[in-house]
Formats: sequence, C-alpha cells, structure tokens
Amino acid sequence: MLAETAIKVDRLTKRFNGVTAVDAISFTVPHGRTIALLGGNGAGKTSTIAMLLGLLLPTAGSIEIFGVDMLRDRFRALPHLNFSSPYVELPHRLTVRENLSVYGRLYGVPRLRSRIESLAEELDLTEFIDRPAGKLSAGQKTRVALAKALVNRPDLLLLDEPTASLDPDTADRMRSFLESYRARRRGTILLASHNMAEVERLCDDVIMMKRGRIVDRDGPAALIARYGRSNLEQVFLDIARGGDSPARHEAETSAA
Amino acid sequence: MSETISHFEPGIASPGRRIAAVVLRYWYLLRGSWPRLFEIAYWPTIQMVIWGLITLHLTGDSSWVTQAAGVLIGAVLLWDVLFRGQLGASLCFLEEMWSRNMGHLFVSPLRPHEWVASLVIMSLIRTLIGVLPAAVLAIFLYDYNIFSLGLPLAAFFANLMVCSWWMSLLIIAMILRFGLGAEGLAWLVVFLFAPVSAIYYPVSVLPEFFQWVALALPPAHVFEGMRGVLFGEPFSWGHLAAAVGLNGLYGALAGTIFLIAFKDARRRGALLNQGE
Repeated sequence: MLAETAIKVDRLTKRFNGVTAVDAISFTVPHGRTIALLGGNGAGKTSTIAMLLGLLLPTAGSIEIFGVDMLRDRFRALPHLNFSSPYVELPHRLTVRENLSVYGRLYGVPRLRSRIESLAEELDLTEFIDRPAGKLSAGQKTRVALAKALVNRPDLLLLDEPTASLDPDTADRMRSFLESYRARRRGTILLASHNMAEVERLCDDVIMMKRGRIVDRDGPAALIARYGRSNLEQVFLDIARGGDSPARHEAETSAA
Repeated sequence: MSETISHFEPGIASPGRRIAAVVLRYWYLLRGSWPRLFEIAYWPTIQMVIWGLITLHLTGDSSWVTQAAGVLIGAVLLWDVLFRGQLGASLCFLEEMWSRNMGHLFVSPLRPHEWVASLVIMSLIRTLIGVLPAAVLAIFLYDYNIFSLGLPLAAFFANLMVCSWWMSLLIIAMILRFGLGAEGLAWLVVFLFAPVSAIYYPVSVLPEFFQWVALALPPAHVFEGMRGVLFGEPFSWGHLAAAVGLNGLYGALAGTIFLIAFKDARRRGALLNQGE
C-alpha cells in the first residue's frame, strides 16, 4: 500500500556557483493528485523536478517520495516513478520498440511484450514502433517519451512539457490519455508546462514559482478568482511580471 | 501513520536483470549496424597482418625474433585486448552521452555499479568480436596460434581486461567532470601507457626511471610474462602476482574516482544536461 503523501519537500534549496536556483521551498503533494509547477524560465521548475528524480543533489533540504528519503534511499522509490522531458532524449539509434523493451526490463515490467503493444496502441505509436527513435518527428518523440514514462505504470509521474511539439489534435488526445491514466491508476502527476489551458484542464493544484521560490499555490479556479483574472495565463503573467501575491494585485487594481 | 513504499508492488527487476537490460541496449546498438560490427574486427586484424609481415621480414635478420617468431604477433593481439577493452567500455558510455540518455538511465532503478557492470560485459563482448577473428586469422596466415599459450594466455587476457576497465572508469570520470569536450580521452589515454607497457620490447630497454614506471603498471608485467613463456621460460608467477595486485589497487582507486565524479555530476546537474 502506498503512503498517502506522494511528495514531501522541506526547505529544498539548490545553489549553482553562488546562484540560488531553488530557494528553500516546501510543499507536499497528496497521492492521487495532479499538480502543476508553473513559472517563467529560470523559476526553478526543472531544478526542482531534477531533485525530485534524484538526478540533481540539493544544497540543502529534504525530499520524501512515498515516505522514502530520496537523499538516502532513492533506489527504493525509483521503481515507482518515471518521467519524460523533451530535453532528455532516448537513444537515437534504437527503435521505439527496442527503447521500450530496454526500459521495461530495467523496471522489471511483467508481460513486457503486451505492455509495449498496449502502450503503442494507446499512444498511437504502432505505425513507427520499429523505426529508430532519432528519425521520428518532434511530436512522435514526445509520444514515445511519454510511453517510456508510462512503461512501468508509475505511481508518480513527473512530466516536463508533456505536450510540447504536439499538434492540437494529438496534444488533446495526450491530455485525455493522462486524465484517464490518472483515473485508472489513481497515480500522482507532477507536471511543468507553459500551456495554461492544459494546466487548467489537468491539474487539481498549481504551484507558482518565481526566482526559485514558491509565490503561490491553489487550485486553478481558485487562483483565477483570487487574482481577479479570467484565465490562468493572465494569473501567470501577473506573477511573472511582478505581482507576487493577490494582495499586491488587489492594491494595484484598487489604485487604478 | 502512512505506510512507506516498502510494503507494496512486486515486479521490480533484480540487479542481474537490470544489468542484462543495459547490455541489451548496447547489443541492439551493435546489432543494428553491420559497419560498426565490421569496424570492431577490422583494426585488430589489420594490425595483426602488418605485424605478422614485419615478423616475417625480421625472422631472417634477427636471432631474437627467430627464437620466438610469434612474439610480435602475440604482443599486438594482447595489446589489442587492452585497447579494445578500454575502448569498448568507454564508447558504450559515450553512446549515452551522445544520445543524452543519462537522465533516463539514472531515473530508473539502475545503480551506478550495475551500469559499470554492463559496460564491463560489453567491453568483453566487443573485445572478443575484435580480437578473436584476428587471432584465428593469424593461425592461417602466419602459422601462429596464440591459443597454444594455454592457461597463461587466460591469465594475461584477464589482467589486460581488468586493466582496460579501470582505465575506462578513469576516462568516464574525466568526461563526467569535463563534458564531451574531453571525449578524445577515450582514444588517447591507452596510448599514454603504451611506451611504458613494454609491448614489443623488454622493460630493460627503457631508461631506468621509466623502468620503474613500467613496473608500477600491470601491462608491463603481462607483456614480460608473455615474452617469458614464448622464449620457453617457466611461467612467471611473480609477474602475474604483480599484475593482479596492481590491477586491484588501480581498480579500487579508479572505482573511487568514478563514484566521486558521478556524485559530482549529480551535484552539478550534469546527468541531465550533458550531450551533443
């Protein structure tokens, strides 16, 4: 049985050569929720995700994934999570099937062949499953990366720009897939995205980051209401362009 | 209180299966490219043919070579064991860097030492693919059978393979630290050791200081041992013990340096960012 808290981060800090990328952030994510990490470039989203995955060592703070201390015992948690990012690629010369087969084996996926067939069908990979991953279009690569991220049926899925490079139709199908995946698996999803409509549709909660800090957190609808805006994109712009809190925003609109 | 992760979920791969999965990844790569497979065997064979011809030429002129006609061919084949072994592990590592795959690998349950084990296995496979055809061809072309060395050959081969692995670990550590700008080390480092490895000549030929350097490295003991056997001397257990001991020492050092470099790469975020 899983711990009720999927992610627990406490005063997580990362400094690179004196530059603070992530500044003592703390948050928890209950299991079964879909959470977005939002923020402009350099806000600290990718560093935060990399630390959650164990790829980047924090300067200070702690991370627990399903109750496991990731800094001391990450190999107990790693079989239960997975990730995809358009910035971390799969081996170019291996076919899609070979890639999924290698990662399926790394995770010890039972009945791997049928798992790959089912992922290929669900994510529409069948047509190019025996083609080298390096020869695919950007959109096809994104779908393959998602298939790799799902191959072990992770309880925690970390997605960096999950629908980047996808055409609107395919992106919509991916979102539907993630919705149904969450419903079926009751898994936790943490995603970083610049697509606000996607975040509004998929996420229960949004963590807003700016300059390495968490500046706000709430459900998409609550954030929109609190900032007095009509959509999440406007809230994002408010925060990115200076408004760190609804209080400040309220003061600005009252003055106007 | 919440239960932690230890209480659920079967189906996690054993270390052996994870190692096999990564070996499979490199095998897919080899299998998918016949030119690549051909190239692995090409250079050792060409080297062997050239040194075989040199041996034929020298046999008439040199009593030293006449005494042990296979000494140069044996040396070139064993040198290729060291070179191909080191290159085999280093290139598999570079494949991960070139394809920006390190992030995916180390988000999986694969431990660093399991990954190193898979590199070692691939190094062995690539060395056998490279050197076996040359060794067999030497029987037909020059009537020289390196396998006639018998058990000592196994000892020489094992020591050179282990030596190639710790060299690879050092190279991997350097590339993890300095990025792909240092990838040339995969081809260069082994040749730094070549002059003091006494491959084609005895250690006594070297200036005194370099004799000490040579004897502080495992390959010189292997090649001295090989020459001794080819010249009809008894197998040198002293050279074998020295090679094994030095390999153990340098292997432990290289392993430690690799782990430090790997942790440093995690500290700098290099597992995510490195690539072409």
